[in-house]
Amino acid sequence: MTLRPYYIFSSGRIMRRENTIYVENEKGEKKALPIEEVESLHIFGEVEMNTKFLNFLSQHGKPIHFYNYYGFYSGSFVPRSKNISGELLVKQVEYYLDNEKRLYLAKAFVEGATFHMLRNLRNYDGTEEFVRIISEEQAKSFEAKTVPELMGCEGRAREAYYQAFNTITSGRLAMNKREKRPPKDPINALISFGNSVMYSVVLSEIYKTELNPTISYLHEPRERRFSLSLDISEIFKPLIVDPIIFKLINNSMLKEEDFEDELDFCYLTSSGKKKFLKEFEEKLETTIKHRKLKRSVSYRTLIRLECYKLIRHLLQDEFYKPLKAWW
Amino acid sequence: MKINYLYVCERKLWLFDRGIQLEENSEKVLLGKLLSEYSYPSETRREVLIDDLIKIDVMGEEEIREIKYSNSLASANRIQILYYLYYLKMLGIERKGIINYPKMRRMEEVSLTPEAEREVEQAIKRVEEVLSSPRPPEVKRKSYCPKCAYYEFCFG
Ligand code: SF4
Repeated sequence: MTLRPYYIFSSGRIMRRENTIYVENEKGEKKALPIEEVESLHIFGEVEMNTKFLNFLSQHGKPIHFYNYYGFYSGSFVPRSKNISGELLVKQVEYYLDNEKRLYLAKAFVEGATFHMLRNLRNYDGTEEFVRIISEEQAKSFEAKTVPELMGCEGRAREAYYQAFNTITSGRLAMNKREKRPPKDPINALISFGNSVMYSVVLSEIYKTELNPTISYLHEPRERRFSLSLDISEIFKPLIVDPIIFKLINNSMLKEEDFEDELDFCYLTSSGKKKFLKEFEEKLETTIKHRKLKRSVSYRTLIRLECYKLIRHLLQDEFYKPLKAWW
Repeated sequence: MKINYLYVCERKLWLFDRGIQLEENSEKVLLGKLLSEYSYPSETRREVLIDDLIKIDVMGEEEIREIKYSNSLASANRIQILYYLYYLKMLGIERKGIINYPKMRRMEEVSLTPEAEREVEQAIKRVEEVLSSPRPPEVKRKSYCPKCAYYEFCFG
């Protein structure tokens, strides 16, 4: 049986009855989700729930992630962690406090990110100039002496990368400039939404390991509560989210009704979010042959393997090398 | 448990000791748990925990029993029950040991000879050695690695 995340768009109630979760929409229609099949829950609608329901999720170790009306991640309820390793926590902190050790990991995350950015651009004509800038910043990032310096390289690489999006999509849903919040055009809306769900999926995977999600290396731990999720997401955003954006736009899979404009602010409607999530889900379940494991693993598993690699690094078992898609 | 792991894989022993526990995810382990729960419904003293340290599946008048899913790790199963016998002896309780393989309808008797006692003492020492290392023992690919709960951790 494969566990899968459930994305809930309807508004209404969600509750527990026996060993089953029921989602009841405003019309009183009920849908059952057997708990054994749930990997995580993602709530996009306005849903009522009670503590009995949350305790039930907790018992079964299932996280629930919430998003606001616009599809921005707003928070999670995660079960009390059963996976705790004092030794690993001490190491995580040690590697954060020691500048050199921290920098090594931070660079690795940037390396993974820029590698996948370049890999995406490789497939499209007219992106040479952006490739040049990103490569340059990548080279500089290896030499960075401090985390802020490294962040600078990463930021400039990313800026060039996002500028390439108009070329890749032939200006179909042109974007002016990457706007973090609020997004002002459709591409920005897609990026923001995609990054939001990526973040929560990575967080779900981190929770399956003994890593403490609040201690991070590239991002400052105070930046967000679960900043390790931001670190690891860097590697996976260009690998998983961005190709979906290109596909949705270039195959004209998105229509006007998939976006909503509000003053100076653009976001995905439910239909748009659903289209994105369908592709996202498919991508996460796509498998590739792992060279060392000698078996097929899904993209989702690759995220967890990345956590394991980080643990191995922290336990001084094996140096961490970021995932670089080899297929 | 630790002694058992020693005979399976020193790396697994180290990781387990440091709180890196992947057994939860493994179906094999679950199966093993179910087996020991259902195999002896009539015995009253099942899963006896002694000193918060050793957990004996079945504690009988004359013998202790361990229920195992398969004998592919027979030597690990044997040292585990020997260790229990050794530990009980220290507490002044003498028993013999029986390992049941209900799925294979087989059982194996184990008793704590002086030789076996020395074996247990050596194993205890080795466990301490392995655990005192600041780093996990290196990965060595074994035939049963792909079935181990730590496989993705070690090779992923
Ligand atoms: S996968 Fe192999 S090396 Fe790793 S813990 Fe299991 S048995 Fe030991």
